[in-house]
Amino acid sequence: MVLISFISMGGIGAALAGFLAYADKKLKVEEDPMVEAICGILPNTNCGGCGFPGCRMLAEALLKGEAPPNSCVAGGSDTAKKLAAVLGMDHTDHKRTLAVVLCKGGNAEAERRASYRGEVSCTAANLTGGDKSCTYGCLGYGECVEACKFDAMAMDDNGLPVVFHDKCVGCGACARACPRDIIEMHPEDHKLFVYCRSRDKGAHAKKVCKVSCIACGLCVKDCSVSDGIVLKDNLAVVDYALAPQTDESIKRCPTKCIFFGIEERVTKASFFASQPKRTG
Amino acid sequence: MGHKTFDRGVHPSYYKELTASKRVERAPLPKTVTIPLQQHLGAVCEPIVKKGDLVIEGQKIGDVKAFVSAPVHASINGKVKDIELSNHPGGIRVLSVVIEGDGTAKEWSGAEIDLGSIAPEALREAVREAGIVGMGGAGFPTSVKLAPPKGKAIEAVILNGCECEPFLTADHRIMAEEPGKVVWGLKALMRATGASKGFIGIEENKPDAIDALKKAVGATGIEIIVLEAKYPQGAEKMLIQAALGRKVPVGKLPLDVGVVVNNVGTAVAIYEALNYGKPLIERIVTVSGNGVREPKNLKVRVGTSFEEVLGLCGGITGEGEKEVLNGGPMMGIAQSTLSVPVIKGTSGITVIASGKIKPEKYDPCIKCASCVSACPMGLMPYRLGDYGLKQMLANFKDFDGQSCIECGCCSYVCPAKRPLLQWIRMGKFFIRREAQRAAAKANNNKK
Ligand code: SF4
Ligand code: SF4
Ligand code: SF4
Ligand code: SF4
Repeated sequence: MVLISFISMGGIGAALAGFLAYADKKLKVEEDPMVEAICGILPNTNCGGCGFPGCRMLAEALLKGEAPPNSCVAGGSDTAKKLAAVLGMDHTDHKRTLAVVLCKGGNAEAERRASYRGEVSCTAANLTGGDKSCTYGCLGYGECVEACKFDAMAMDDNGLPVVFHDKCVGCGACARACPRDIIEMHPEDHKLFVYCRSRDKGAHAKKVCKVSCIACGLCVKDCSVSDGIVLKDNLAVVDYALAPQTDESIKRCPTKCIFFGIEERVTKASFFASQPKRTG
Repeated sequence: MGHKTFDRGVHPSYYKELTASKRVERAPLPKTVTIPLQQHLGAVCEPIVKKGDLVIEGQKIGDVKAFVSAPVHASINGKVKDIELSNHPGGIRVLSVVIEGDGTAKEWSGAEIDLGSIAPEALREAVREAGIVGMGGAGFPTSVKLAPPKGKAIEAVILNGCECEPFLTADHRIMAEEPGKVVWGLKALMRATGASKGFIGIEENKPDAIDALKKAVGATGIEIIVLEAKYPQGAEKMLIQAALGRKVPVGKLPLDVGVVVNNVGTAVAIYEALNYGKPLIERIVTVSGNGVREPKNLKVRVGTSFEEVLGLCGGITGEGEKEVLNGGPMMGIAQSTLSVPVIKGTSGITVIASGKIKPEKYDPCIKCASCVSACPMGLMPYRLGDYGLKQMLANFKDFDGQSCIECGCCSYVCPAKRPLLQWIRMGKFFIRREAQRAAAKANNNKK
């Protein structure tokens, strides 16, 4: 009995395999070789940075002329050049963008007013206002790090996400993942950042986080170009069209939340070297 | 048994004995109140007072010209100390008016007016002006419910006296202590909507309230429907199904089956607004849970801090960490600070001392379908939870995730302790965000 069923199972298997082989030949959908060629150039990480759900969709859009050859943010200039060549288009330069985490209120600086026990995710914690006293700052559950497909982020020992300058391709997945919109995408030549998102009045902001923007307006006065920095909703905002990106006169910020982020930029290697509790 | 009810649902331990027989006490006048300009679903109010202004109890301090909204009023006499962003029990920060009291209070009273003498439109306007919102928790502006769109007739008004949420007894006490006001409020609601029938739905576990209401109803034709004590009996759609046997289709409102549901507390607020001219500035809050020294039903002014209210109940007790909820344990929102104000929708403050807090660890789904058998909306929570967590939003919508009423039955019954409702709330958040981003993008493209 056992033998018979073994044989018949084997028989069914063989018959189905034969059918599949036949179906594969007969029912094969003809692929556009151009789409295949373009997909071969794209990184195929489906990061979404181009605004399409996946690399194949961008390939199709490129072919139809609905997207410029420098659309792939993850691929950078190299990919843009190759795509322009394949498509017979002019090469438009690729401007590199980087993710910037605009909160420096880690465990050492920002007060935690409660302990959170739910799903370990920033979105989940944010549903009830979060466990940190500041309701604008980084929650520290690393949803952005999880969203990054390029190994370009990690949480530091202080509970804040860090972007690796050498790895980030600027796809923006982290920025889209953050429920508090703390991460912004900036061209590489932006260097001056206000590392705070709190729209609370200064007194309250300072009470709950040592490195919050207290909207005192000193940076606004210090900035060598008028309106280069403005105060909006209790927060200093840099106007990148106006403010010089290395303006040495901006130095009186009492909480040191505005500074030239370029000094801050870390590489993956330098990050792990600086974090005693972590290993790469 | 044998009482009417809805399909599925759960039977949690009620713990109502802690406060069910305690008469409502009026809390002493708070020294300061922080009154959020948004205590309702809909548009946020704009402040209509300035820092330094003197205000009197009942004075309107915030309003907005939107249909779905409700004005807010000063709950004490005093001076506006500040208008600033402040904590809100919903977990957000909301522009709020801080009033420093002068220690005096107003007495609200008046003779019962003749309902027949007021036009339905005038009634609706008075309800709006008094800032009345659903007092069961969600805070939907009552005046909006009373103005059905053209072509939709309202046949019946049901007053919701189920109070199926564990620990809470505020509505129970209202019905037992002020049944006359409840019935009058229901008649006012019937007049405002043109409904010919009125019902009051109560769970069978409140016999004293049932007796009191039966006496108050007398021969008015208003029917009292005694329902099985089951959670979430007090959810609008469940109540309508249990009481009238009508099902509100997915994505539709009670209006679509000719019904309007209001909380019993809302009915009393309407009574006081029409007869005393008193806006919604004070409400009954059940303060309970094993983390409260002396559980009570307190009549509290809107804007009083949780800290102060808990202080009036002997403070927080017990070892270890506590979970403080705005509302009860099934639907209540966990608070991360005690400096949040009581708002119009705060039916209770529940403090659970640790040991009873749900563990943070959960196991894989064992496909037992307990959550499916519990969901009163007939959804598939185990799937919705996954779709929410993993941001599979198309699937989430296909499986009607948006019609989840956030009752928490699914999380409650799950043997694997999966936080299903939290995941579903995440799914709803992602969908909201997706819509916001799409709108922002469309806006940018236009420019
Ligand atoms: S850090 Fe952010 S923008 Fe950079 S690659 Fe990772 S997800 Fe993309
Ligand atoms: S997703 Fe946002 S809140 Fe969460 S860790 Fe990243 S930056 Fe912080
Ligand atoms: S899915 Fe929603 S409606 Fe269904 S049991 Fe869970 S919380 Fe309640
Ligand atoms: S109750 Fe929990 S374990 Fe059972 S099917 Fe639902 S999610 Fe899975």
